Amino acid sequence: MKGLKILLLAKQVPDTRNVGKDAMKADGTVNRAALPAIFNPEDLNALEQALRLKDNYPGTTIHLVTMGPGRAAEIIREAMYRGADGGYLISDRAFAGSDTLATSYTLAKAIEKLQPFDVIISGRQAIDGDTAQVGPQVAEKLGIPQVTYCEDILEVTAKDIKIKRRLERGYEIVSAPRNVLITVHSSAPDCRSRNAKLVMKYKKAKTISELQDSVQDYEQLQKERPYLHIEEWSANDLNVEPMRLGLNGSPTKVKTIENVVLTAKETVKLEAADKDIDFMMKELIASHTIG
Amino acid sequence: MNNVFVYCEIEDGNIVDVSLELCTKGRKLADQLGCKLEAVVIGDALKGIESQLFPFGVDFVHVANDKRLYPYTTTPHTKIVVELFKAEKPEITLFGATSVGRDLAPRVASALGSGLTADCTSLEIGEHIDPKTKKEYKNLLYQIRPAFGGNIIATIINPDTRPQMATVREGVMKKEPLAKTKIGEVKNIDISKIVTDVDFAVKIIERKIEKSKVNIKGAQIVVAGGYGVGSKENFKLLYELAAVLGGEVAGSRAAVDAGFVEHERQIGQTGVTVRPKLYIACGISGAVQHTAGMAESSMVISINNDPNAPINTIADYSINGSIEEVLPKMIKYYKQNTK
Repeated sequence: MKGLKILLLAKQVPDTRNVGKDAMKADGTVNRAALPAIFNPEDLNALEQALRLKDNYPGTTIHLVTMGPGRAAEIIREAMYRGADGGYLISDRAFAGSDTLATSYTLAKAIEKLQPFDVIISGRQAIDGDTAQVGPQVAEKLGIPQVTYCEDILEVTAKDIKIKRRLERGYEIVSAPRNVLITVHSSAPDCRSRNAKLVMKYKKAKTISELQDSVQDYEQLQKERPYLHIEEWSANDLNVEPMRLGLNGSPTKVKTIENVVLTAKETVKLEAADKDIDFMMKELIASHTIG
Repeated sequence: MNNVFVYCEIEDGNIVDVSLELCTKGRKLADQLGCKLEAVVIGDALKGIESQLFPFGVDFVHVANDKRLYPYTTTPHTKIVVELFKAEKPEITLFGATSVGRDLAPRVASALGSGLTADCTSLEIGEHIDPKTKKEYKNLLYQIRPAFGGNIIATIINPDTRPQMATVREGVMKKEPLAKTKIGEVKNIDISKIVTDVDFAVKIIERKIEKSKVNIKGAQIVVAGGYGVGSKENFKLLYELAAVLGGEVAGSRAAVDAGFVEHERQIGQTGVTVRPKLYIACGISGAVQHTAGMAESSMVISINNDPNAPINTIADYSINGSIEEVLPKMIKYYKQNTK
């Protein structure tokens, strides 16, 4: 069988699992600068599924597509260190404030430029929102089928793809046609680590914005080694209606935000006394951790 | 009139609990708005299904019945729901935040260009004044949910698009039949005009639904015990706490090796890795091999007799005490404070 052309939808996210006490600003909004930016965990599970297909079906290529600020190019490089072939950074101020609908519209427009492809793979959800909406919303916009909650891509034939899905109380094995969008669940195998040779090969891979920021003369290098060029697209590069982008294109609005970080990572030391346990349970209930 | 709609999931011929919970909530929202409550049921062999919904005050039940519609697959259900919503123009639509609802609702929202909020923990009706345009909105659905890994609670609204769509997890809303069943009306959907064979391109080859198996990986709350719990007998305290909080019991390797708890519940490097909202470590010292499997928990409580146990350094709360003393108190004060 011929290799597959795989697009991997991924996101760079603030590490919401490691929230320190400076993670919230005084006004209750998130201080993104204080949070480390990481490769969204389930997108790494998705990358591993893609890499396994590449292992099994020679000639397969994997390109990461991500929407985000300039520094999101980091996850494209990270994917290349682990075996992906390249990527596309979709970045523009016009995308700021996008909810899942505006995000999926933008991503679908970028993917239209990358047709034809065999399969789109992404993580089920990103840890900064946990919505699991963007994958299905992209599939709908592209008019292709979807298989969500994938735990394992079992087999690919010339005609279809066999996928195991993880459900709440069991599993399902489905066959889907090519040209499908798959979202991968965290119960899928963890992603392999970086490959030292690939790190050496790709560590100088940059987007055009990164080249401008860089003091070294990378342009010559990129001419000699075209694989070091990470494509970057702005709204102008996509066939988009401006009213459907960013805040304008987002039907959901945040009315209010309430900060529930009560104690962050400072350890609260308690005794087994009734008043201590009562205090702790009240805090846990107030922070919606339990109850 | 624009009504409240609930998409009802079917499993083994029954409407699942989360859908009935949403009907309960939907009834209240509809009463507040002075509109009707409508349910959508899509599946096979649905004759008489409405009798499961009328006790919850559903005024209209839309039924799409076809052998190919059960078990759920994405495309046909999406098309049927989209067509129905286009015709009926609902004000609010609610879906369970399940592997079905979270698969279906975003597709429907994408097709309709509607706003959708996932995993709401509370739904209320309220007003809104746009801070820029000063435009006033009445009777909006406040979709309240934790975001950012549970570090903030956001109230989301959809001022200008309809329907206002939300998903809610099982167990978040209460399932409460009305005091008196009200008989509503059934409306059958003719799917021959909506779905075609191409829509069934994704086929289910095998499907296995287990009756509640251990699911530590998916648990939001994990109560884990180590060698310090002392005995299999003492582990019962952990099971009691987990049952009250809606969590799962797990163990460290030392606890598994000592036979206190079964292997499939082992957390750590050689066991399962978990990332729950809350990890309660009981009598666990916190060797690296163990913390590797739980360090990404959003919140950690450590209960230990040894104030110098390494796990205390990564804990949000460390309690100096014994399991026998602390766990029953946690149950007691949880119950007392959630009344």
